[in-house]
Amino acid sequence: MEKNKTAALREQILRASGVNPKKCMRCGKCSGTCPAYDEMEYHPHQFVYMVETGNIEPLLHSESVYKCLSCFACVERCPRGVEPAKLIEALCAAVTRPQGANHMTPDDIPALLDEDLPQQAIVSALRKYMK
Amino acid sequence: MKFSYFPGCTLKTKAKQLDVYARKCAEVLGITLEEIPAWQCCGGVFNASRDEIASKLSAVRALSAARDAGQPLVSVCSACHNVIKQTNAAMQDDGEFASHVNHYLTQPGQGQAEPYYGETEVYHYLELLRDVVGFDKVKAAVKHPLTGKKIGAYYGCLLLRPSGVMAMDDPENPQILEDFIRAIGGEPVIYAMRNECCGGYMTLEDKALAAKKSTAVLDNASVNGADLLVTACPLCKYNLDKNGKNDLPVVYFTELLAEALGIKE
Ligand code: SF4
Ligand code: SF4
Repeated sequence: MEKNKTAALREQILRASGVNPKKCMRCGKCSGTCPAYDEMEYHPHQFVYMVETGNIEPLLHSESVYKCLSCFACVERCPRGVEPAKLIEALCAAVTRPQGANHMTPDDIPALLDEDLPQQAIVSALRKYMK
Repeated sequence: MKFSYFPGCTLKTKAKQLDVYARKCAEVLGITLEEIPAWQCCGGVFNASRDEIASKLSAVRALSAARDAGQPLVSVCSACHNVIKQTNAAMQDDGEFASHVNHYLTQPGQGQAEPYYGETEVYHYLELLRDVVGFDKVKAAVKHPLTGKKIGAYYGCLLLRPSGVMAMDDPENPQILEDFIRAIGGEPVIYAMRNECCGGYMTLEDKALAAKKSTAVLDNASVNGADLLVTACPLCKYNLDKNGKNDLPVVYFTELLAEALGIKE
């Protein structure tokens, strides 16, 4: 049962992201350039390897899926065109899509507001963290 | 020349200077910006997951409105531009995605929408200045050159990446903002962090991380001698101004353009 769940999820993540983790040569450049590196428990190159080997469960329970800034630096700088950010995005969607699993909701926003905060920040965060 | 214009929600509220001066300067430079009727917020960030449909509909609606008007689409905000351009590329390259999206394009009370497959040409306002007006023409129109001002271009992420899609400039050694600064009479300051992330929406999720990223950008720019930074992104400006621990001023590029053209109030 557990095995089927992981296999299905892996397939969905690969399809949604369009990423082929087998292209990765484990150089670590994606993680080296990642601005959220220090805040992540699992780093971009680990996301790639763990999805490749089907070790997805730990990623689903890690705050790391919320730390990606969508800066596309890893996508730009990977010498093999692996595009790790797309994998992280697909995982983040898999985590937040189930009923009641939103990481942030409009109810959280008022406490985070200040007078200069651009609307762009709110819509971006909700798009990332709420389904 | 006439362009369809997508201002975006932040340009109507917290970043009015970006919008107002973009319009005024366009007029002076012989460009007509026609605001798309009933546009919807782009969503601020492109979701790279191919099975995300709903969050990309507003961008597709703006793109197809421009197509129906027979005009290229231009925006000024880096984030709107990034979302719109990446969505457009997905509509061109991913037939499965495009077919799904087209099911939802028709809106209540309006006629059947014509399916969209990425036909619209997408411009950022800076590309308009470079490729349509020409920086030489911008320079010729300058009344108050910003002589002696040392200005750091802050690209951030969204204008440049992913470069295969955005195709604005060399993602690691961009020039368009420096050329813009020269055109308005300023002196561009090159610094390493000009295309690194300010922290983006992380200001809501992990403020300390956003503060660390913004401070690094500002410190690096000041060490290299910048008197001020220019940006095209309201969220970059916010992070640098509010979260960065460095007082280096940050302004929108359209404000500087208006100042140079002599039309800033
Ligand atoms: S940069 Fe690319 S090839 Fe290198 S570890 Fe990261 S994903 Fe793999
Ligand atoms: S897109 Fe996300 S994972 Fe990739 S470098 Fe940027 S913050 Fe790191």
